[in-house]
Amino acid sequence: MKLLLIFLILLGVSCKTDKHDEVALKLLTVEKTQSIDVPSLEILNYAGLEPYLSKEDSLTYVVNFWATWCAPCVKELPHFEKLNNQYKNQNVEVLLVSLDFPSQYDKKLKPFIEKHQLKSKILVLDDVDQNSWIPKVDSNWDGAIPVTLIYNKRKRQFYDRTFDYAELENELKQFIN
Amino acid sequence: MRFNKIITLVITAFLLSAFTNVNTPTVIQGYDIGDIATDFSLRNIDGQMVTLADYENVKGFIIIFTCNTCPYAVQYEDRIIALNNKYVDQGFPVIAIMPNNPIIKTGDNPKAMKARATSKGFTFPYLFDEGQKIYPQYGATKTPQVYLLEKTNEGNIVRYIGAIDDNYKDVKLVNTKYVEEAIEALKNGNAIEESKTRTIGCSIKS
Repeated sequence: MKLLLIFLILLGVSCKTDKHDEVALKLLTVEKTQSIDVPSLEILNYAGLEPYLSKEDSLTYVVNFWATWCAPCVKELPHFEKLNNQYKNQNVEVLLVSLDFPSQYDKKLKPFIEKHQLKSKILVLDDVDQNSWIPKVDSNWDGAIPVTLIYNKRKRQFYDRTFDYAELENELKQFIN
Repeated sequence: MRFNKIITLVITAFLLSAFTNVNTPTVIQGYDIGDIATDFSLRNIDGQMVTLADYENVKGFIIIFTCNTCPYAVQYEDRIIALNNKYVDQGFPVIAIMPNNPIIKTGDNPKAMKARATSKGFTFPYLFDEGQKIYPQYGATKTPQVYLLEKTNEGNIVRYIGAIDDNYKDVKLVNTKYVEEAIEALKNGNAIEESKTRTIGCSIKS
């Protein structure tokens, strides 16, 4: 994208016609507005995600694997958002790991994040070698989502289930009390 | 949701065993490699009932739990067609089963299934697990999910459970075609190297 912009700028400059300058400027403006409105995604392979699943600091991490195409995931997302909001000042961090397809990042994922004003930290996992990384997250996970991992340096629990807010908060309390 | 279902199953099984005094399994675990898979009679998109026992002269079955609405399943549609085209004449036909509850996933209702199969040109049965009785016995949790069965005198034995291949995103970048490798191993009397694989998929909606 950057290359394209540079190209367009060069084109605008080199052609020296008002028309081209206008086009280049318009494109620049569009690009600028988008980058302000939509935060850029943090896209990782499993090696990049792994450090987020094994931190040994003072925080408790609630890691939810989800995707915009997964209806039960979308249904429970507000509970994770609420948890993040309620507990972020109590050494808790919620991480939402999206498994959306790369082709859907701009079309679906970014608009979804915007529309729902997600405040939790969002990571995007793009790693096709699922057979090798799924069991590393948890040996019992077969790959169906949603799943959630809650951990801190003392305790670690994997949940192959969905949550309502009370259930989720109840689980978290076992880590922070 | 799934947790609730397990609880319901446990309670149902308990009540059944309490009232009828028969041996009922308390929790349905699903199949592991080497288990004998149940046959079924499920309605195809053409209205006909399909039963594994009706297939003569086959060596096994490629049972695939799949649906219209899961992006992973859609991503694999062409590869499922290719699998059937390659192996149906070698004695391993594809049997696709749609396990979702169409009341929850309306895009998976029998009419939509028929429309999808017609537009994609499915060359294999696309069955509706009406009442959702078959997928729990297999232990399927998501779509797409493959169970490769070998037909023997004792029944249809589960030989492989898992993904079709190791790259959902790009068929050109696939390194290992798990199902094909398993079938080739079976045909040659070799051990299947990877008999269980994992992949992300859409939870079956019940």
